[in-house]
Order: sequence, then C-alpha cells, then structure tokens
Amino acid sequence: MADHVENAVNNVSSDGTEAHRHTETSPGRTEVELNGQPPTARPPQVLTDTEEDEDEELTLKYGAKHVIMLFIPVTLCMVVVVATIKSVSFYTQKDGQQLIYTPFREDTETVGQRALNSMLNAFIMIGVILVMTMVLVVLYKYRCYKVIQAWLFFSNLLLLFFFSLIYLGEVFKTYNVAMDYLTLALIIWNFGVVGMICIHWKGPLRLQQAYLIMISALMALVFIKYLPEWTAWLILAAISVYDLLAVLCPKGPLRILVETAQERNETIFPALIYSSTMVWLFNMADSAETRNNSSHPVPEQENQVAVAPTAQPEDDGGFTPAWVDQQQHQLGPMQSTEDSRRQIQELPSARPPPEEDDEERGVKLGLGDFIFYSMLVGKASATASGDWNTTLACFVAILIGLCLTLLLLAIFKKALPALPISITFGLVFYFATDNLVRPFMDQLAVHQFYI
Amino acid sequence: MTVAVFFGCTFIAFGPAVALFVFTIARDPLRVIFLIAGAFFWLVSLLLSSLVWFITVQISNKNSATQQTGLLIFGVVLSVLLQETFRYGYYRLLKKANEGLLALSQEDTMPISIRQLAYVSGLGFGFMSGAFSVVNILSDSLGPGTVGIHGDSQHYFISSAFMTLAIILLHMFWGVVFFESCERQRWWALGAVVLSHLVVSCVTFVNPHYQGSLIPTYIILSVMAAWAYLCAGGSLRNLKLCLTCKDKDFLLANHRPR
Repeated sequence: MADHVENAVNNVSSDGTEAHRHTETSPGRTEVELNGQPPTARPPQVLTDTEEDEDEELTLKYGAKHVIMLFIPVTLCMVVVVATIKSVSFYTQKDGQQLIYTPFREDTETVGQRALNSMLNAFIMIGVILVMTMVLVVLYKYRCYKVIQAWLFFSNLLLLFFFSLIYLGEVFKTYNVAMDYLTLALIIWNFGVVGMICIHWKGPLRLQQAYLIMISALMALVFIKYLPEWTAWLILAAISVYDLLAVLCPKGPLRILVETAQERNETIFPALIYSSTMVWLFNMADSAETRNNSSHPVPEQENQVAVAPTAQPEDDGGFTPAWVDQQQHQLGPMQSTEDSRRQIQELPSARPPPEEDDEERGVKLGLGDFIFYSMLVGKASATASGDWNTTLACFVAILIGLCLTLLLLAIFKKALPALPISITFGLVFYFATDNLVRPFMDQLAVHQFYI
Repeated sequence: MTVAVFFGCTFIAFGPAVALFVFTIARDPLRVIFLIAGAFFWLVSLLLSSLVWFITVQISNKNSATQQTGLLIFGVVLSVLLQETFRYGYYRLLKKANEGLLALSQEDTMPISIRQLAYVSGLGFGFMSGAFSVVNILSDSLGPGTVGIHGDSQHYFISSAFMTLAIILLHMFWGVVFFESCERQRWWALGAVVLSHLVVSCVTFVNPHYQGSLIPTYIILSVMAAWAYLCAGGSLRNLKLCLTCKDKDFLLANHRPR
C-alpha cells in the first residue's frame, strides 16, 4: 500500500512528477500479502490431488484471462499516449521548463556534464519517491486515513480538471477548432465531476476504467513533456530497480506497507489501482473510506503541480476493510498490494471459493505501472528516428514483460513488482531497435528487399 | 500519396491477417498471448540479425556501394535463417510448456493444441514481420510527396502492400507446416520451409521489377497454402463438405440446422 500512496504521490505531483512517480512507480511492490495467512498458494493438505490439478488448470485458464484483462487497458493507454504524441506537437516541444524534481538542466556543454546532471536528476526523483513512500507508510501506520484520502482527492482534482483542460486546449489548437469558453467550461466541468464521482465513489465499471486510463495517459504525457531526454531514461531504469527493491526487500517501504495492512486485516485504498472487476464494491458497504474499485489516481500532493494520479498508494491502497474482509473470505490468502502500482492480483487457485469466483476476482495493476509503460512507449514514438518500428518493438516488449510478470505472479503467488521486467525489456528493445534495427530496415525498404 | 492510398495499402497488407485475428484468435486469451509471444520471438531474431549486419557494416568499406549491397544481401539471408531458427526455438519452448502444463493439470486435453499453437505463432511472426516491413511506408504515404520522382517505380506503395500481405500469410503457413514437420520428424519438410522462405526473400532482390518478385511469391504462397491446409488435416472432401454446408460436425458445433 505504501507503494500505492507513494505512487500516488509520484503520480500526483505533476510538477513534482516525482512524487507521483514514486508511488506509482514503485515497481516492485510485490504484495505478498496473504492477510495473515501463510504464504502458500494453495492449501497443501486440504485439497485432493484432483482438486489441485483442477485448480492449476483453472489458474492457467484464468491466468490467461487476467493477462488479457490487463493487456487491453495497457494497450489502450499506450495508444492514447502515442496518438497524442504523434498529433499534438505540444507534448514533444521542449520549452525549457522542467519539473521542480529535476532541477539540473541537460543543455550543457560537455557530454560528461550532461550525464552527471541527468544522473543527479534521477537520483533526486528517486529520493523524492522514497520520501513520499515513507510518508505514506508513516501515515498509514498511524492511521491517518483521512489525510491520505484528502491527498488523493486533491490529486485527482488537479489531474481531472487542470491537466485535461490543458490537454483539450492543445488538441483544439492542433486541429484548429474554435471553441468558446462557455462550452469549454461545461465540457471540462462535466468531465471532471463525473471522473471524481467514478473514481472516488461509485460508477459504472467501464467508465471508471476509462477514467483511470485517461488519467494515466495524461500523467505519462506530462512526464514525456517535462522530463529531459537522458533524465527520463535514467528515471525509468532507476524506478525499475527501486520497485524491485521496495517490494521484495524485507525492509522495503512497500513491503512494510503491505505487511502492515495484512496485520490489520485492512484493505489498501485502491485509489491508484486499476481493477478489472467491481465485485468487491458491493460488499464493501460499511467502508467509510472511499472505495476505489478501480485504480484510483494517485492522490496528488498539493504542492506538486503535476499530479500523477496514477496509483498512489493511499494508506489504504483503496481497499476498504470491507473489501479486505470480503477478499479474505473469498480468497483465503489475500494478496493485498499496497503498492498501488503493482497490484496485480491473481487469484490464487487454492481457494475455497468455487471457480466462478475466480472470474469475478479479476486483476489489479497499479496506475503507476500504466504511467511508466505509456511513458516509455510515448518517448519511443516521440524521439526515436525509427519511428513506428521502435514504438511497435517497445510495445511488444512491454506486453511480454507484463505477461512474464503475471506468470511469475501465478507461480509465486505473492505481490510482485510489475515494472522491472517490462521496463527492462522496453529499454533494451528501444535502444536496440533505434540503433541497430532501424538502419537495417531502412536499407531494406530503400531497396525493397523483404526478409 | 493520400489518405486513400494509406487506407488502401493498409487494408491490402493487413486485411486478411486482422480478419483472421478477429475471428479466430481474439476470443481466446491463451491464443492472444501466444501470438504476442510469437511476435516477440520474431523481434528478437530481427534484433540479432540487425546486430550482426550492423557490425559487418561498421568494419566494411562504407563508400563502396556494391559492398554495401552485398552486405545487405548477406543480412537478408542471415535474417531468414535466424527467423527460422527462432521459429524452431519457439516450437521447442511451446512443447516444453505444453508438457509442463499437461503434467501439472493431469488432464487429458490441453487447453491449446500444438496445431493451434502452430497457427497462432505463425500469425504472430507474420504480424510482426509485416508490421516492421510496411508501417513506416504507410505512415509516409499519408503525407505529401510524389512517388518515384527520381525515376523509381510508381508502384512502390501498392507493391509493398501486396508483398506484405504475401509475407504475413506465408509466415502463417510456414508456421503450420514447420510445426507439423517437427512433430512428425520430417526434416525434409523443414528444409523445404526454410528454402521457400529463402526463395521468397531472395526473389525480392529483383525489385523494382515487380513481376519478377510478386508472381513467384504468390505462386509459393498458393503452394504453401495448400500444403498447410493438408498438414492441418484438411482434404478435398472436407473442403467440399464445408463449402456445401454439409459438414455435420461443424454444423452441430455451431448449432445450425442442416
């Protein structure tokens, strides 16, 4: 959960995108939470062999379904980001402005100076994310749920109104559409209010998912615009490492958050988590907290302009206690992912509930993951000279990384960071395709050779 | 160089493949995953072959055009061989995964058969190959320009689209035949697949004399289509039954009255 909050922080701060990113990016929040239950994926002695096999088979089938349930929103988010980057030039223009979390400039004289500046930028960003996560963990430990909720609320507010206003304005500029302020105000007001309601309260599942995707895309676009070149790549790499450590190390903040949530048998705010089902919503009647059935945008911090509403792990992670109880009842060992980013919840196969519950359980993925995946693909389409080939390669690499992560999740049955594998593949394929494949394919196209 | 050319060429190149995807693969999550994994394998093979080509170019004489063309031809041949190697690697991986799944589930039937995997992986290879060949060309066709202003062929876009279509379908057929021949240990069939891939790629060396490249490619496409159909269990009888709507099993499965 801490991850979520942090992610939220990271995500939320658009200006301080770092804040957002941290929470969101905590890639590694693997949530190994089994709410107080032993971390075994299936009940070893209870089930008979056939049941276990059936569970395994069902896990495979439902695992594949869950993978697709995550492929589609991740693909949609990437498509939105790439389409925007290709058509609206605002997000690729560097007008010299940078986020406050990346104070060092990259237009230096020497390459060495530039490398140093970008490393310092990345370092500061990761530091901010770490601090945010710690704050979240502390807030959660001392049960300051209201603070986290308010934080998330203001983050989403900023994102849904301010950033979407800017986005809409730029789209109108690109297509030379004239619009009066009244209509614009009406549109933005409706968009924002419906978004806040869907995300923080109740709403149709698809609408909620759509809003979460839009918010992640907006955050990714902000990152693409305001992060200088080398800093962006370094931050992506560093966030993957941070995620891995934060989720898997025993003293990692995300892990602490998750374990605390498990001890208390509470749910984490699903504020910054994209969820494919709403099945828990109806059971969480008694939760006083906002139920973010789907990923909630990360709560933004007030001082951060760019809010990355991506899954900021609120204290709660958005999982209200009711949801947790229901989960526990349904699932047995519960994997509560504090890391909003990473909440990939595979329902473990060895569960008392019957199979149909598996279908309804769905999967969760933190908004931070969405943001960073889209940021990578968006940068690939913005800056690569190989253009569409590089974009396609990064897209496939990220999807395969996500697939492998989910496979590992199914095998280990604990919360895992979703960033490392995908971002590593994405980065490798970006640089390899841009530098090696592009000249080869260009030469082939010139001669019209086919391989 | 208009939107019409863009849409026309896109639909020519990707129409059948997308239709196949939508009607046979999109519903089943496992197939989609294996399709994307197949695309990934093709991508890795391309990466390796580009790496080798890049290295050879760096150590060669950059000014000699013939040498560069020779290196490019070498790159093409190497790429084809690597693609087939990775197809074989993917086959081995799928076999292992299937065995593992079968052992785990202890059921008699697997969620996805090796033939379906052959089809899906071939299509995955085809999608990626086609996309990498033609997407940049398509995006250029949207913008302004004059085709062949320096004396090159005017039919660049349409021929690229048709070639891409052939390549995508060929990859699918090669996948089916390849996996089947690996299953039955018929190594001559494997060699024939690799050889036909090489022939198709080498035939494009005569571009822009499109009659020299497109016609042989489409002939090979029809031959491979028939071969893949036979490998997948089809026969003339099946075809007749299907076309005259007399195939009882199919009708029963689709709940349609005869």
